[in-house]
Amino acid sequence: MADAWRRQTSQRRLYTVLGIGLLLAAMFSSMWFADEANAGHFFDRLPHLLDFLSWLIPKDWNDVWRALFDIASPHDTGTQEFNFPLGRVYVWGGFYVPEYFELMLTTVNVALVSTFVGFVFAVPFSFIAARNLTPHPVLRLIVKRFMELLRAFPEIVIAGLFAAIVSIGPIAAIIAIGLHSIGALGKLFYEINENVDMRAEEGLRAVGANWFERVRFADLPQVLPNFMSYTLLRIEINVRASTIIGAVGGGGIGEELKLSISRGFGAKTLALVLLLFTTIFIVDQFSAWLRRKLVGEQAFLMNA
Amino acid sequence: MTSMTMDEIRSIEERYPDVFRRPAYKRYGPLFLLAGTLLYLTYALWFFNLPQVMRESHWERLPLFLTQWISYDLQPEFRLDQPEITPKYPRFSALGENPNPDWVIRNPDGTYTVLIDGPAKSVTFDKAQATIVANGQTVPVSLTSGKPVISGPVPDWVTVHDDEVVAKMGFVGEVRVTVDRVKVRKRFLGWANFVFDTRSPFFGKPAGEVISLLVSGPELKPGMSNIALAGDNIWNNAQWQHGDVWTKLLQTIVMAFLGTLLGGIVAFPLAFFAARNITPSGALSQVLKRFFDFMRSVDMLIWALFFTRAFGPGPLAGSAAIFFTEIGTLGKTYSEALENIDDKPREGVLSTGANGLLVQRYGVMPEVIPVFISQTLYQWESNTRGATIIGAVGAGGIGLKLWEAMRTNSNWANVFYMVLLILAVVFIFDNISNFLRRRLSRTIHDYNRIQSERG
Repeated sequence: MADAWRRQTSQRRLYTVLGIGLLLAAMFSSMWFADEANAGHFFDRLPHLLDFLSWLIPKDWNDVWRALFDIASPHDTGTQEFNFPLGRVYVWGGFYVPEYFELMLTTVNVALVSTFVGFVFAVPFSFIAARNLTPHPVLRLIVKRFMELLRAFPEIVIAGLFAAIVSIGPIAAIIAIGLHSIGALGKLFYEINENVDMRAEEGLRAVGANWFERVRFADLPQVLPNFMSYTLLRIEINVRASTIIGAVGGGGIGEELKLSISRGFGAKTLALVLLLFTTIFIVDQFSAWLRRKLVGEQAFLMNA
Repeated sequence: MTSMTMDEIRSIEERYPDVFRRPAYKRYGPLFLLAGTLLYLTYALWFFNLPQVMRESHWERLPLFLTQWISYDLQPEFRLDQPEITPKYPRFSALGENPNPDWVIRNPDGTYTVLIDGPAKSVTFDKAQATIVANGQTVPVSLTSGKPVISGPVPDWVTVHDDEVVAKMGFVGEVRVTVDRVKVRKRFLGWANFVFDTRSPFFGKPAGEVISLLVSGPELKPGMSNIALAGDNIWNNAQWQHGDVWTKLLQTIVMAFLGTLLGGIVAFPLAFFAARNITPSGALSQVLKRFFDFMRSVDMLIWALFFTRAFGPGPLAGSAAIFFTEIGTLGKTYSEALENIDDKPREGVLSTGANGLLVQRYGVMPEVIPVFISQTLYQWESNTRGATIIGAVGAGGIGLKLWEAMRTNSNWANVFYMVLLILAVVFIFDNISNFLRRRLSRTIHDYNRIQSERG
């Protein structure tokens, strides 16, 4: 007995050690590969790693505010770094909103609209794709594969394709992120659907309700709070996604941020990061609050 | 079941008034939500200027691009103003150096016939006259009066411009006729030169001949075996750039793997100090949690841009960006998993007088390790997708290549090739991660089953 136990533990240990060894080998070879393929090498660049922080630090910290609110800086040297010529959106008379705020608003709106698009399509798809609720198994398979494809399809390709059709800008970003959201939300939704309590559904089936009525009156009320919770989570993710798509031509704050960093405009970059940071923080907090209201603490345990 | 009398109903109503008379905001909540959503969408319509964007968009390009994903075209041009009509092919034609396609026919009487889809869709021309045949109709175009003139009725698939007649024949191609040249576009399904490009000695040879050359042919390039030469020709295919594409794809995979793994390694110990139930110091926990929040919310994109500035463009910058984001994401999920553990095993180990480290190892770890690994696998999966995008801002990998191929608006077949590769990678990794996760959750499941059997 004791022998068998010892043998088993030693075997387990061997496997663990082998597994970790394999993982470490993969890790170090990947590190080597990444380092080789990179323009600058890790150990060469390491002493200069914090150099990029030095350009981030502005001569005058007030420049950050000035950049954000489009006020001319006294340190103007004629370059775009210190004079902030672009962007005032005059709302009414002399009252203006700095363009950065409008760009941020674009990014957030892209996220909201694309999440809405995702939600509207994902809800019906998820009922078709759920094993227990599907109207037809073949239809289920088709919808499931379709959503998988939408999820895996690189967003930047869709954005690029539609940029060629509707011109570069936020609409292409909405289509790209919206399509991705359909796939991502659809998967989460149908997993919820597969866990519904079937008794309500059976009750309606007993009185002769058709598929739409069953889904509408038996299943939707059960799953809607969880749907909302996931949708709110998706908004957070989509704000980030729309920033990234923005950086490759989808409009909004991402593009401006990319330009600012690649040109080395310290104060502008800090202003933009600050703006982005604040927005993401607000969106996160608001959606967390709303989720708590909708589904209670359960929403938070579910993700853990 | 007996039905209730009116009095009973009323008495229930009186006892639970809050159930039957809910506040207005609760009763009309869904209605408000719907109205708000509609209002917002109207605003978005205005904000994005959707009607105008739609008016100015070119939806007719969509099928055009999509056909370019799965097909290629050849565009011979025939100059009519030279003494003799000669076909000319673009410099980088898929036909190679000696294009003599069998669908361009020089007739004995000096005219040319180009078969776009057999004789049913074709064009025959000399210097004075072109005859376009398609859809069962024959359209003669006279070229003698300084501009192309069609005698007789003009079918709807032919457009007459000032100095040009354009005949569209659907997917298979089109013909453009002017007084001094005839331009043909013939479309083929599939990808041209996918294996060998036009410079390769194997180009244009049928598969059987290529195989026999590989197995027993004479050396085509001195000092190099035919197999090595073929491999080199395929890998360095100028048009498809297989070598470059596959290397970039590997970079993307490596970025996701390395970033997630390193993030996990760093987040692992930090999570213990951030979990409220394990760390004794509330301040440390708060500081770490805010640190995680910071790493997460600075966002992969910003980290990627910073690290490309620090390391230069390439997968190292991408890995570092994913690494930093993952410290935040995994740190948060790990510490939440730790906070949700059952305290009893820990107390049990503690009661044996074990020190702090041993308590974690034997009291906590067995419970959380499956959750940790499963979360890490999830992140690995989603980072494999995310790595394509940050590649486009210079963080290495296939993203930039994709973006550049798309911006030229002509290499859609190359775009599709890369998309197929990315899809394959994502599906394979999804399945690996799903498989591993299922294996892990089975152990938890088994544990629960044993527990419930014991009661």
